[in-house]
Amino acid sequence: MHRKVTLFAIIALLPFALLVVGFLMLPLIAMIHDSFLSADGRTYTLEQYITALTSPYYSKGIVNSLKISLYSSVIGMIIAFVVSYSITRMPKKIQNFMITFSNLTSNFSGVPLAFAFIILLGNSGLFTLLFKEWGWNMTDTFSLYSWSGLVLVYVYFQVPLAILLLYPAYSGIHKQWRESAALLGASNLQFWLRIGIPVLLPSIVGTFSILFANAMGAYATAYALVGSNYNLLTIRIGSLIAGDVATQPQLGSALAVILGLMMLGAMWINERLMRRFRRDLQ
Amino acid sequence: MKNKRWLSLLVVSAAFIYLVLPLAATFMYSIAKEWSHTVLPVSYTLDWYKELFTDSRFLAAVGRTLTVSAIALIASVVTMSVTVFVVYMYLPKLERFLQAITMIPFAVPGVVAAVGLIKVYSSGPIVLSGTIWILVGAYYVLIIPYMYQGIRNSLRTIDARRLMEAAEILGASKMKAFLQVVAPNIMGGIIISALLSFSILIGEFVMANFLVGGSYETIQIYLMRQLNQNGHLSSAIVIAYFTIVLMISWLMLKLGTRFNKKEENKENAA
Repeated sequence: MHRKVTLFAIIALLPFALLVVGFLMLPLIAMIHDSFLSADGRTYTLEQYITALTSPYYSKGIVNSLKISLYSSVIGMIIAFVVSYSITRMPKKIQNFMITFSNLTSNFSGVPLAFAFIILLGNSGLFTLLFKEWGWNMTDTFSLYSWSGLVLVYVYFQVPLAILLLYPAYSGIHKQWRESAALLGASNLQFWLRIGIPVLLPSIVGTFSILFANAMGAYATAYALVGSNYNLLTIRIGSLIAGDVATQPQLGSALAVILGLMMLGAMWINERLMRRFRRDLQ
Repeated sequence: MKNKRWLSLLVVSAAFIYLVLPLAATFMYSIAKEWSHTVLPVSYTLDWYKELFTDSRFLAAVGRTLTVSAIALIASVVTMSVTVFVVYMYLPKLERFLQAITMIPFAVPGVVAAVGLIKVYSSGPIVLSGTIWILVGAYYVLIIPYMYQGIRNSLRTIDARRLMEAAEILGASKMKAFLQVVAPNIMGGIIISALLSFSILIGEFVMANFLVGGSYETIQIYLMRQLNQNGHLSSAIVIAYFTIVLMISWLMLKLGTRFNKKEENKENAA
């Protein structure tokens, strides 16, 4: 009997296991293996990692990716922090509407998003023309196709996601706490500094790590905006495996492993904090 | 405290305007006849939509996206519901392991996944590079986290263990109990996760571009290529895409509330 159940379980799990091994595990292992090979694929070496981390070109790409992820996450976080708090103070109907709407716009990323921003702020975009009519030539100080432009677009796709992730956390702050704090003579600012933000802190850090990973892995938005011109880690990986010039899959693999490790790091922090958060609640 | 209500309203309104602006501009562009040197369009037209929906290249791209997504989704629904169910019922020790595996795709961005897939399937014993099957496999993996969460949660909500026990006491075989008792009860949850996965798949660009870009033009690849050719047509594609996402979200919400109501009724009856 027991043996029959085991056999049945194996057969039932087989298709899933095969697909996961074939399309997730094997490719990841092959990629890690590849990253330790020399450019001709014959000998094992750390050459690719050394190139990735020391060559000014590629290390700049890594630093740029880290920077834009940090900036866009911080700015997106601050906006979402204020907005989602304001949402909780609205009537239930508006709350539901805003959350549904954030959910919808969180799908707005990649190619469509880049395109929408070109319509708004591109060379003959709506705002570019509007400002020109008002006598201010925006393109003198700001270009959508520059770094500040890219940060702006990244912030846009971070905000709805951050609202969706932060909004539920505010329900952890009970009305009674505010009342008790006020009765004990705490000011609004004191309440937020001493009670509100510490209670929200795990959610804030957790959301931040998701936003950070989200920006680190983004490719399509930047690619659609200016092709391979930005020196970002994902863009570099893309050109190394399918570039216009010769492809270098080994170096691409090493950069991909570095990116994967950064994503894992962000997720690990998130997981640790969420677990702590839950224990605190119990 | 009440007197600061207006401030919150102001913040929420500003956020709404901020979020809606790019979408609204895209919509305006898709119905604008002529719009290049003025702040608002000179005249309006629906021609771009007409052109789009009669463009055989676009329709073919829609067909391709639907084909790849459908195969990946069906494979996912069938294999994952069986897997999650068997692990939940009979191999609870594997549960943490399965959960860990299903989280991996979250940590693997599209570009990284593409690197490994190209490596494995462009040479060697199985060559799938450039065929639809490499993309089907990639999409299957991409939606694993969402499908797992949905199926796992529905199994927990309906208390599948007790349902199976009851069905088997009444004389049903394990197979019959699963297909006729458990499966219909978790269908709602599965459909909701499948819809969510579908909306992710129709918006996927990165892996499609790297894995099959040259030979298999999906909606997103078509959009990318149209971007520099015809802006109006591109904006019509974006709006069509968003209409579909909106419809899916609405359907998910409806199904979700219906599902919850059923649960409530059950609880009230008990």
